[in-house]
Amino acid sequence: MVQPIRKTTLDPWQDPKEEPYVRIEKVTKKFGDFVAVDDVSLNIYRKEFFSLLGGSGSGKTTLLRMLAGFETPTEGRIFIDGVDMTGVPPYARPVNMMFQSYALFPHMSVEQNVAFGLKQDHVPKDETRRRVAEVLDLVQLGPFAKRRPHQLSGGQRQRVALARSLVKRPKLLLLDEPLSALDKRLRERTAFELVNIQEQVGVTFVMVTHDQEEAMTMSSRIAVMNTGWIAQVGTPAQVYEYPGSRFVAGFIGDVNLFEGIVVEEEPDHILVRSDEVACDLYISHGAVVPRGAKVAVAIRPEKMSVSKEGAAGPGTRNAVVGTVREIAYLGQFSTYLVALDTGKTVRVTMPNTNRAAEMPITWEDRVVVSWRPLAGVVLTQ
Amino acid sequence: MRRPNFLYMILALGFAFLYVPILLLVIYSFNASRLVTLWGGFSTQWYASLLGNQQLLSAAWLSLQIAALSATGATVLGTMAGMVMARFGRFRGRAIVGALVTAPLVMPEVITGLSLLLLFVSLEDLIGWPEGRGMTTITLAHVTFTMAFVAVIVQSRMASLDESIEEAAMDLGARPAKVFFVITLPIIAPAVVSGWLLAFTLSLDDVVISNFVSGPGATPLPIEIFSSIRLGVTPEINALATIIVGLVSAGILAAGLWSARQERQRRRDEQLARQGAGELMPISSPPQDAPPH
Repeated sequence: MVQPIRKTTLDPWQDPKEEPYVRIEKVTKKFGDFVAVDDVSLNIYRKEFFSLLGGSGSGKTTLLRMLAGFETPTEGRIFIDGVDMTGVPPYARPVNMMFQSYALFPHMSVEQNVAFGLKQDHVPKDETRRRVAEVLDLVQLGPFAKRRPHQLSGGQRQRVALARSLVKRPKLLLLDEPLSALDKRLRERTAFELVNIQEQVGVTFVMVTHDQEEAMTMSSRIAVMNTGWIAQVGTPAQVYEYPGSRFVAGFIGDVNLFEGIVVEEEPDHILVRSDEVACDLYISHGAVVPRGAKVAVAIRPEKMSVSKEGAAGPGTRNAVVGTVREIAYLGQFSTYLVALDTGKTVRVTMPNTNRAAEMPITWEDRVVVSWRPLAGVVLTQ
Repeated sequence: MRRPNFLYMILALGFAFLYVPILLLVIYSFNASRLVTLWGGFSTQWYASLLGNQQLLSAAWLSLQIAALSATGATVLGTMAGMVMARFGRFRGRAIVGALVTAPLVMPEVITGLSLLLLFVSLEDLIGWPEGRGMTTITLAHVTFTMAFVAVIVQSRMASLDESIEEAAMDLGARPAKVFFVITLPIIAPAVVSGWLLAFTLSLDDVVISNFVSGPGATPLPIEIFSSIRLGVTPEINALATIIVGLVSAGILAAGLWSARQERQRRRDEQLARQGAGELMPISSPPQDAPPH
C-alpha cells in the first residue's frame, strides 16, 4: 500500500478533513440589554491571517476580547486547538494580543517589555535573553533594546508591541487595529512586514480592523461584521467579487446597486428588469432566485465602461445611455459619474490607458455605459 | 512703560502679602529681645534655648511620627479606594462608596473630631481598646481624614492611565495581584507619593481633630504651639517655625530642580524619538560613530 501523501492545502477551510484551530460556537455577548455579539459561529484554521472587518459597534472588538479572555461570552463556547477556553482567564491562555494603543509598559525598556511575558512563565534567564534578542531582530529593533517606549517613534513602538506579543510563541495572536496609529506611508510598509512576519513565525493571526483595504491586502480570509452578526466570511476576492448582501457590497469598495425584479431564471443566466435603468440586466451565472423575486444587482465601478459608441436603450442588454456629470482624474484611472436618463447616477472607473490630453470623453457628453454579462451580482438580502 | 511698572507693583504687593509675615517671623527668630514685637539686636539664643526645650522638641518628634505613620496608612487605604473607584466599573452601590470616600474632604473638622472621639470612648468601654487617648488615636483619626485626599489623587491618576497597559500585562501571563505591583503601582507611583506627602502635611499641621482625640500623655506640635501662645509667643517658637520653613523650602527647591531635570530629559527623549521616526529600518541607517575605513 502506498501511503497517501498529506496534501498541504493553501486553503484549509476548503479541506473537510482539516480541523478548525479556533472554533467559535454560537457565541453571544450582552452588555446589559445591548447585544454586542449576536450568535456568532466561526472557524479559523491554523496559520491563517484572519480579519474581523466592520464599522464601530459591529462587535468585532468584543469578539476579539472574548478570544483574549477579557470578556466572557454570555452564551456559547470558544475552543482553541481543541481546548475549551470559554472560562479561562487571560493570563492562562495560549493567546497574546497586540493592543491598538500598543500598551507598552512606560517604566520598562524595550528589552524588559519584551521579556515580561517570558518572566511570568519563569523561563530561564539565558533562554529569555536569547529569545528576546531573536524576536527583536525579527522586528529589526535590535539596536533599540535599551530604550524606553517614549524614546521611540510610533512605528518603532508598534514593532515593540508586536515583538512582545510574539515572544511567547502564542497559539493565536490577536491584533486590535494594528496599523491605525501609523501614518499612511508607514501603514503600507508595515502591512507587508506583518504578513511577512506571520509567514516566518507561522502563528495564527486574528486581526480586527475597520479599514477594508487593510483587511483585503493582509488577510487569508475576512469576516465582515455588522451590528453583532457576521454578514459574510470569505477570501478577500470572494468578499469583493461575490458580496452576499447589500451591506457587504456597500461596505467593501464602491458599488452600483440596481433594484429590480427577476423576469427570467434559467440555469445559465438571469434577467432582471429595473426601473432605475433603461435596459435589461443580463447576468450570465445562475443564482437561486425565483422568477418575480425582488432583487438588487450589484456592479462594481471598474467592471463598467463608458464610451461614445455602441447601441443602448430599451431591449438592449447591459448597455444604457447617460450624461457625464463629473470626472475625477486620479492618475492611473479616472472615475466618471454618469447620470442615466432614469435619474439614477452610476459610478464608472476606467484605467487611463491613453494620455489625459487625448481623453475623448468630457463633461456633459452623451455616453453609453456598458458591462459584461459576468459583471453583475444578484443580491437578495 | 507705565503699564509694566503698574503690573510689577501689583506683583510685588501680592508677594509681599504672602511672604512678609513669614519673613518677619524669620527675622524675629534672631531677635535678642524677649518681646516678640520689639527688635533688640541680633542673637541666636532662641535656637539654643529651643534645643533645651524638651517639651517642644518631643512634641515636634511626636508630630513627625504621627504624620509619617498616618500618611503611610492613609496612602495604603486611599490607593485601594482610588483603585476601586477607577477600575471596578459600575458595581452596586458605587455612588454611595464614592460619596463616603470623599465625604471627609468636605466634612467640618469639628464634626469629624467629635465623632471620632465618641467612637474611641465607646470602643474603649466595649473592648478596652484603644486605651485612653494618645498617639494611637491621633494616628487613626488622621488616617481617616487624610485617606480621602489620597483616594482622590490616585483615582484621577488611574482615570488617565490606559487600561490596556494592565490588560497587556495580564495577557502576557501576570495574575491581577502581580499586575498591580509590577505594572500599575510603578506607573502611578508619582501620584501615590504626592498623596503621601499631602497626607503627611495635613497630619502635621492639624489642630482641630488632634485636639479632640489627643490625651494628656501625647501633645502634637501644633497643639503645643497653640497652648503656649496663650501664655504669649516666645521667640523660641519663631525659631522652631524658621527651621520648619527652612526644611519645607529646601524640599520644594529639590522637587523643583528634580522636575526641571525630568523636563529636560523628556525633551531629549522626544528629539530621539523624532530622529528615529524618519527611518523605518534602523539597521540600514548609518551608525553615527562609525570608524573611518
